[in-house]
Amino acid sequence: MTEKNIKNKTENKAPNKSNGLDSKEIKEEEQVILTPWKLVLRKFKKNKVAVAGMIIFIIMVFLALFAPILTPYDPYTMDFSQVNQPPSKAHLMGTDELGRDYLTRILYGGRVSMQVGLFAVIIEIIIGALVGGLAGYYGGWVDNLLMRIVEIFMAFPFLPIAITISAVIGPEVAPEKRMYIMMFIIGLLSWGGLARMIRGQILSLREQEFIQAAKALGIRDSRIIWKHLIPNTLGYIIVSATLGMAGAIMSEAGLSFLGLGVTPPVPTWGNLVQNARDIYVLKNRVWLWLPPGVAIFFAVMSINLFGDGLRDAIDPKSK
Amino acid sequence: MGNLLEVQDLRTYFYTDDGVVKAVDGVNFSVEAGKTIGIVGESGCGKSITAMSILRLIPDPPGKIVSGKIMFNGEDLTKVSDEKIRHIRGNDISMIFQEPMTSLNPVFTVGFQIMEALMLHQNLDESEARKKAIEMLKLVGIPRAEKIVDEYPHQLSGGMRQRVMIAMAVSCQPKLLIADEPTTALDVTIQAQILELMNDLKNKLNTSIMLITHDLGVVAEMSDHVVVMYSGKIVEDAPVDELFKNPRHPYTIGLMNSIPSLIEEGKRLESISGSVPNPLYLPKGCYFHPRCKFATDECRKGQPSLREIAPGHKVSCFRAEEVTK
Repeated sequence: MTEKNIKNKTENKAPNKSNGLDSKEIKEEEQVILTPWKLVLRKFKKNKVAVAGMIIFIIMVFLALFAPILTPYDPYTMDFSQVNQPPSKAHLMGTDELGRDYLTRILYGGRVSMQVGLFAVIIEIIIGALVGGLAGYYGGWVDNLLMRIVEIFMAFPFLPIAITISAVIGPEVAPEKRMYIMMFIIGLLSWGGLARMIRGQILSLREQEFIQAAKALGIRDSRIIWKHLIPNTLGYIIVSATLGMAGAIMSEAGLSFLGLGVTPPVPTWGNLVQNARDIYVLKNRVWLWLPPGVAIFFAVMSINLFGDGLRDAIDPKSK
Repeated sequence: MGNLLEVQDLRTYFYTDDGVVKAVDGVNFSVEAGKTIGIVGESGCGKSITAMSILRLIPDPPGKIVSGKIMFNGEDLTKVSDEKIRHIRGNDISMIFQEPMTSLNPVFTVGFQIMEALMLHQNLDESEARKKAIEMLKLVGIPRAEKIVDEYPHQLSGGMRQRVMIAMAVSCQPKLLIADEPTTALDVTIQAQILELMNDLKNKLNTSIMLITHDLGVVAEMSDHVVVMYSGKIVEDAPVDELFKNPRHPYTIGLMNSIPSLIEEGKRLESISGSVPNPLYLPKGCYFHPRCKFATDECRKGQPSLREIAPGHKVSCFRAEEVTK
């Protein structure tokens, strides 16, 4: 400790003599480091609620990701000697009516829910960026056509359509694969808003001189859209992706609760909450429906807080 | 030396809801290899549109190159395929824009933006392109080039950004560099540096420059040949010495008189009265006659055409011989 102090002192000796020079040096260093993303990070860090949201979200992702390591049980193995056990040392959140460890099912359920959320959003972004990018860049009839298609998609009431599609193709699909169906249903139904937003952004960006400069350099249209315009909207895409993921997790939970999403035996938070439909369970086996509900609550809330914080950090106009 | 670029009777019109705007209306000029041509005129006279027409960057619709030829290296740029013109852009002909503040993409490092053109046109791989980008930055006089390549545009000053733009434009060693008011947005000390830099690069790389500006001082310093435009037409076309010694069009004279002079101290500056006519409602006869001190009935009725009054000196004015400073 003392050695370090001495060392520091000797190192600082020269700049300390002329204080003005010292501060100037530091400033220049700072200036070199500050990329746009670092500015965002700095602003984001000041928002304590958002940081808390991010930490909760990261913990949940971590728990879901390492579920196989964190629990000794398998989510599908039944143990009829341990049916409907309340929380104990061996089963921290008890067991369900088939003797499966409930904590394990919640952790694995989180995997499914978050995967559905993530991939639904990825599908949403890909379609949204493609449609929005093309419509915004080319304008004219391309824009007109694509935006009318967007309007058609946005005019669908989400839940009835999702229920219908799920009911039509659902029964033929094995429970393990229903997860993928859910990703596509949610992703394909919710890209409209993002496409519109990206189009609006690009509409104003394409008039900027740097796009004309890119054209004058002989860069092809597709590259201008993907490499020059879309990255400029990345901030907005990230924000709408985080918020969209929360929405997708909710939709999945809702559909699964209704029995139209991912179905048992594959666990998801939504179909675990289904237990609450039984009045007896609702009254006497709180551990069967409260934890998955709380998990949904924390996941969605943390993502929303995180996304809100990101939006405030990325938008230069918000203070 | 032969002509690198020859613009023949170029007409670029914009079809708007209110009518046809003849932004460029029958323009002829040529650029010799290794020389600088200055294109001068007020805002809205069609200078920039002429430049954009050469690179085919006119937004279509509403704009359209209606007729004319743009001969470059023996090819008519108005006729070549989109693929071909894209290959010419940035490689054979490149352009520097007026606003260095907005002409660079804010989300990429300047190095990436220079490398992009190099990788596209010269088929360099990433590390070669990076080396070349640093080399180009050094060439345009940017200190600490190794560090600046990784910086974002917002970290650089206006002058530095304009240098980066120039580095981008000359990185592929184009035969023709179109500079659209390259110094308008910069302050005076930086202006001189940038002009000097462009002259330097012209000599080093033997690039022709097409300099678009409304600043006659810049033209006098840089150009070998000057074209003066007014309302989409060329009104005077002469070698730079001839033009400044012996201007023949009333508009050119007006422009020159509206520059403060160091010799005649204390005189009020003259201005050209009126403003550029609305391109939708151009006056009958000579477009300049409502603002011209020398206008006669002839000017109000007919449109003068470009005629040679001295070797290499063309003017479009009925009374060119009588007009004096």
